[in-house]
Amino acid sequence: MIGNFVTTRFNYILGWARKYSLFHYPYITACCGMEYMSTAASHFDWDRFGTGWTRFSPRQSDMLVVCGTISHKSAPVLRTVYDQMTEPKWVMAFGTCAVSGGIYDNYAVVQGCDRIIPVDVYIPGCPPRPETVLDGLIKLQEKIQKQEQEWRWKKRK
Amino acid sequence: MTTRIQKEASKESLLLNMGPSHPAMHGTIRIMLELDGERILNSEVEVGYLHRGFEKICENRTYFNLLPYTDRMNYVSPLINNLGYVMTVEKMLGIEAPERAQYIRVIMSELSRISDHLTCLAAMAMECGAFTVFLYNVKAREYIWDVIEETTGARMTTSYIRIGGVRADLHPGYKAVLKKAIVETRKVLKDIHGLLDKNKIYLNRTRDIAIVSPETAISYGWTGPCLRSTGVYYDVRKASPYAVYDQLDFEVPLGERGDNFDRYMVRMKEMEQSLRIIEQAMEKMPRSSPSKLMVEALEPAEAIKASRTKKVEKEIILSPNLEGSEKRKYLDILGTDKKYVVPPKEDTYTSIEGIIKHFKFFMRDHGIRPPKGEVYFSVEGGNGELGYYIVSDGTDRPYRLHLRAPCFHIVSALEEMIQGRYIADVIPTFGSTNMIGGELDR
Amino acid sequence: MEKKKVIEELKQKFAEKIKEVSAQFGDEILLIERDSLLDIVQFLKDKPYSYSMLLDLTCVDYKGQEPRFEMVYHLYSIPNVQRLRIKVSLSEKDLRIDSLASLWKNANWLEREVFDMFGVDFKGHPDLRRIFMYDGFEGYPLRKDYPLRKRQPRIPLRK
Repeated sequence: MIGNFVTTRFNYILGWARKYSLFHYPYITACCGMEYMSTAASHFDWDRFGTGWTRFSPRQSDMLVVCGTISHKSAPVLRTVYDQMTEPKWVMAFGTCAVSGGIYDNYAVVQGCDRIIPVDVYIPGCPPRPETVLDGLIKLQEKIQKQEQEWRWKKRK
Repeated sequence: MTTRIQKEASKESLLLNMGPSHPAMHGTIRIMLELDGERILNSEVEVGYLHRGFEKICENRTYFNLLPYTDRMNYVSPLINNLGYVMTVEKMLGIEAPERAQYIRVIMSELSRISDHLTCLAAMAMECGAFTVFLYNVKAREYIWDVIEETTGARMTTSYIRIGGVRADLHPGYKAVLKKAIVETRKVLKDIHGLLDKNKIYLNRTRDIAIVSPETAISYGWTGPCLRSTGVYYDVRKASPYAVYDQLDFEVPLGERGDNFDRYMVRMKEMEQSLRIIEQAMEKMPRSSPSKLMVEALEPAEAIKASRTKKVEKEIILSPNLEGSEKRKYLDILGTDKKYVVPPKEDTYTSIEGIIKHFKFFMRDHGIRPPKGEVYFSVEGGNGELGYYIVSDGTDRPYRLHLRAPCFHIVSALEEMIQGRYIADVIPTFGSTNMIGGELDR
Repeated sequence: MEKKKVIEELKQKFAEKIKEVSAQFGDEILLIERDSLLDIVQFLKDKPYSYSMLLDLTCVDYKGQEPRFEMVYHLYSIPNVQRLRIKVSLSEKDLRIDSLASLWKNANWLEREVFDMFGVDFKGHPDLRRIFMYDGFEGYPLRKDYPLRKRQPRIPLRK
C-alpha cells in the first residue's frame, strides 16, 4: 500500500519536473518558422512555460517541434532526427502542413508528419497564432503530467 | 546518393555536411563542404527540400483561387508576392486599380519589405552571436504585423491584395497604430546601428568576407539588395515603376564593396527609405468615402426579409468581419469592373442580380478569363526582382505559371562565395543572402 | 537604344533564323530557330545592346501541339532598361538544346531545374542532374501528362 503511494507520488513529481523543463528542437522548414520565432521572442514568450531555450541538437532535447511542410525529399531527414532523440520524447506538429499536408495535396508533399513519426499534440492554423501555440503547449504539458512516467528502476523489475 | 562533391573530393580532405535541418532559422538547405582543417576547398549546395509543387498546383486552380498559394512563397514578405501576381493578371486583363487602392498597396508592400529585412538581419546577427538584435527586431516586427492584422485580418499570410484592388479599406483607427509602428521601428533601427555598426566582433566576421564584384553579380542574375551592395543601380521601383512609386520620393542606397557588411548596411538603409515612403503615402492618399453610417441602417436579417418584396435602398450593417468592404467603399478599393471583382455582400444577399453575379464569378469556366497569350511582370520583392510569367489559354485556369524567384539566383552563387574561406564564414555569408526556402524551391 | 531598332538590326543580321516577331500585352517576343540560339544571344549580350542579365529561363508544355515544348528566355538590359523574350520550339522526339552555362553563370541551376521538371537535355552543360526532386524520382513532374497526385514507388531508407 505504502509502495503504491510512493510510486504514484514519484510519478507525479517526475511528470511535474518533465513538463516544466522541456528542451525543444525546432525542425523548421517553411512559413510556420516565422510564427515560431514570434512565439519564442519577447511578445508572446514561451519561456514562461518552461520551454525556453532551443537546444540545437536532437540528442539534448526532448520535444521535437515540426514546423512547416515536409516534402518527400526531407522525410528521411525528419525520421533520422527523430530516431536520434533520446527517450522520453514528445512531438508537436506545428501548423497545418505538418498536421495533414495543408493546402498542398500533390506529388511532392507528405500528407502530414504523422505518416513518419508519432505525434503527441497537433496545432492547426496556417500559420497558427502564438496564443494557439501556447494553448497547445499547455495541453501537451497536461498530457505529460498525466501519462505513466518511465524511469530506469521501473524497467529493471 | 553520391553527389558531385563525393566523387570529386580528394582522399585526405574531410567532408562535412551542414545538413538540411540547421540551427540557423533559414529553412532547409544542405551545404556539403570539403575541408582541409578549417579551410573550405570545395562546396556543394543542395536545394529542393521544400519543393511543394507550386507551379503544378497553379495549373489546377482558378486565377482567384490560387491567391493563397502565392502568399506562402516568400513568407516573410507575403504581400509583395500577392502584389506581383495580381499586377501580372491585371496587365493581362488591361485593368487598373483605383488610386486609393494603389496607395494602400504601396503601404502594405513597404511594411512587408521592412519585416523581411528585419527578419533577415535578426537571423544573421543571431548566428554571429548577437541575440539582443534578434529580440529587438522581432519586437519591431510584431508592431508592424499589428498594423497589417488590423486591416487584413491575418498577421502573415493575408491574401489581401486582390485582382482589381484590395480586399478591404484601411481600418478606421489605422493612423495611430501605423505611427506607433513607425516610431518603434525607428527606435529599433537606431539601437541596431549602435550595437552592430562599429562592433569589432561583427566587423571581423562580416567586413571583406565573400566579396562579389559587379560583373559576377550580373552574370549570376542577382537583383535586389545583394546586387545594390556591389554598386550596380537597379531597382524595379525606379526602372519600371508600378503602382504609385513614380509619385513618391525615395532614394535607393548602394554599397561599395559587395561584402557581407555592405549587404547588411544596404538593408538597414533601405528600411529607413521604406519608412519615408510609408509616411509620404499616408499624406498623399486620397480620402476614402464617408464612413459614418446613415441613421436608418438595417440589420442583415431585416434587409434580406425586406428585399423579398422590393429593392432595398437603405444601408445594411455588415458583420465586423467584413468591415471596410462595404458597398459604399467599393469604388475606392476595388473599382467598378464587374467581371473581375466579387460583388459586394449587400447586393449578393438582397437582390437577384447580385446573387447571379456572385455565382457567375465562382462557377467553373466562368469568372476571370483573360484573353489568350502570355505575359511577364515583375515587382521589387524583398530579395530582388520577383517576376511572374503566366501563359493563358482563354479558360479560367492559368495554363502555365512560372515564378522568377530572386533568391534562387543569389543562392546559386553561394558555392563561389564561400570558396577558400573558413567554416565560420559560411554562417554570416549565408545569412546575408536572405535565403527563403519557400521562394527558392517553390 | 530603341527596342524597335534592336529588332530591326537583329532581323537584318539573322534574317532566316528568326521565325516570328510579335508583341503581346506590351512585351516583345522573338521566336527563333534552335541552332541560332547561341549566336543571337551572344549578339545581344555585346555592346551596344548589352542585354547583360539573364533574368529567367523556363519551359512550357503545349500538349497536343507539335512542336510540344517551348523554351522561354527572358533577357534584360540594365543600361537601356529594356526586356526581351526569346522563345525556341522543341519537339518531343528531339528534346535537346544548347546550354547557356558558358555565357551566364545562373544558367547552370536554371537549366538543371528545367531538366528536372521537363526532361530537356542541354548540350554542353557541366553537371546536369536533378535539383528539386530526390534521387530516384521517376518522371518529369511539370509535364502535362504527369498527374498532380501521383505516388512514387517506395525507396528503402538508407542506412
